[in-house]
Amino acid sequence: MAKQKLKRVDLIFSKDCSCKDILAKALKRPKEEIVKDLINSGLKGRGGAGFPTGLKWKMAMEEKGSKKYVICNADEGEPGTFKDREILDQVGLKVLGGMALASYVTDAREGFIYLRHEYRFLIPKLEMMLEKFHIWMEEFDIDFHVELFMGSGAYVCGEETSLIESMEGKRGEPRNKPPYPTNQGYLGKPTVVNNVETLVYTLMIMHIGSDKFKSMGFEGSTGSKLFSISGDTPKPGIYELELGMTLHQFVSEFGDNDAKAVQVGGASGFCVPRKRFKETHIGYQGGLKGFSLPTGGSMMIFNSSRSMYNVLHNYLEFFEEESCGQCTPCRVGCQQLLKGIEAVKRGEKSQKYLDDLLRLAETMKLTAKCGLGQSVGNSFSSIVENFREEMIY
Amino acid sequence: MYETKEARMRKRESAVHAAVQKYGKERKNLLPVLQDVKRFKNYLSRSDISEIAAEMGLSSALVYGVASFYHFLDLEPRGQNIIWVCKTISCYMKGSNDIMLTLEDLLKIKIGETTSDGKFTLLETNCIGWCHKGPAMLINDQPYTDLTPEKVSNIINEFYKK
Repeated sequence: MAKQKLKRVDLIFSKDCSCKDILAKALKRPKEEIVKDLINSGLKGRGGAGFPTGLKWKMAMEEKGSKKYVICNADEGEPGTFKDREILDQVGLKVLGGMALASYVTDAREGFIYLRHEYRFLIPKLEMMLEKFHIWMEEFDIDFHVELFMGSGAYVCGEETSLIESMEGKRGEPRNKPPYPTNQGYLGKPTVVNNVETLVYTLMIMHIGSDKFKSMGFEGSTGSKLFSISGDTPKPGIYELELGMTLHQFVSEFGDNDAKAVQVGGASGFCVPRKRFKETHIGYQGGLKGFSLPTGGSMMIFNSSRSMYNVLHNYLEFFEEESCGQCTPCRVGCQQLLKGIEAVKRGEKSQKYLDDLLRLAETMKLTAKCGLGQSVGNSFSSIVENFREEMIY
Repeated sequence: MYETKEARMRKRESAVHAAVQKYGKERKNLLPVLQDVKRFKNYLSRSDISEIAAEMGLSSALVYGVASFYHFLDLEPRGQNIIWVCKTISCYMKGSNDIMLTLEDLLKIKIGETTSDGKFTLLETNCIGWCHKGPAMLINDQPYTDLTPEKVSNIINEFYKK
């Protein structure tokens, strides 16, 4: 395979810029201009769902009412994703800078970092950063206070409405949307919930300008993104790359020359088999020919020694445990998919039963209440359809 | 070293009371309260749940419903140190099973059990965000990565020396 090097980008972890200076400069601009800049940049949420960030801020900005909130979603739980931990560890002040920007635009006075329990070891470092950050806020004469809010272990709380429920002292069960959090969020008030990485990009767009950001990637999927790379790769880790690469390019650089599949977007994402590497791009659907797959950054590579049955089994166990149990399609569906593939593997059910299971996965996509239940079918269908024999024999 | 029943009661009351005092009685503070009590007492007993409910003016069923939703709000007695081995895909591919077997062997317990000296509880968990350095585990709040059976055995020995 050709070793065509993918261009590295250095925005997120770049230390040759002062977060405080960027912020000071940005806070002198009119709010509307900042929002316009973000919309122009094409930045979409980097947690995986991909909602346009500028638009989200605009919606919260236009809400009336004196009490609003900004929440940094640091409940990174998607299997194969570990970039947010590294961002908070290395450049946490940039995250806070992004939050300050969001608070300035939307008039929020209070902010929270919802940090997953598994990252408790970061607390002392984050508390030091918060102290420094609050001194800056005083210097800028800005009334904005950020607190840490700890999660207690629930994958579904990465979904913004469950995260909010959890912060309100409830079970982390997703809400129906609408109303969206920008309209009625934490304690019923307009709330901006952004992923850790997204917040850093908002600040960096202020630094480099939206046109420069837009010049990277492709139409509809502009800019760069952090990729968390794991599995069968000689160089696992975190890499910032432009959106729009093909999986062929990706595997040429990060694979071990034996990749048979790549899981794009974690357990809730899609599994792409080798024959589709060349036609599959990383980014949002629409801008390029062929398939485009979005990702919150999780890229897991499987080589030919791996059983895709075991991979799928691991995902389904994960979903079965993490389903909040609120809606039936997800609660029962996850259990039945898991039992179903086990029964086929043991030979208790015929291979045609896989088609029933595919229909169940499709039903879950249509009827589950939130992104968790809706996306179980992504990995299920893409693995069963592409590696059917491995499910049976 | 035995505490009297009254002393144990007082300690429990003060843990719940102190947490509610610290955060306030509003519903939105329920998670921090549960987290604090859990940390202090090592797990949340039925009577802790009832006391938190009474202090915050909520029903016990509601508080139990919330507590039971979250993996790390333990509702059963745990050892002094809790080991959580990641079992999700990337760690699994790098041999998390061997790590679990090593731990079971070293500690002479199975998943979900606590050592007879009360030093360790051994549990599994879903992705803890160290997929590029698997297999990984948490002991209490501290992550341990790139594990091998030898490394695990050294880590456990260190704990016994403490």
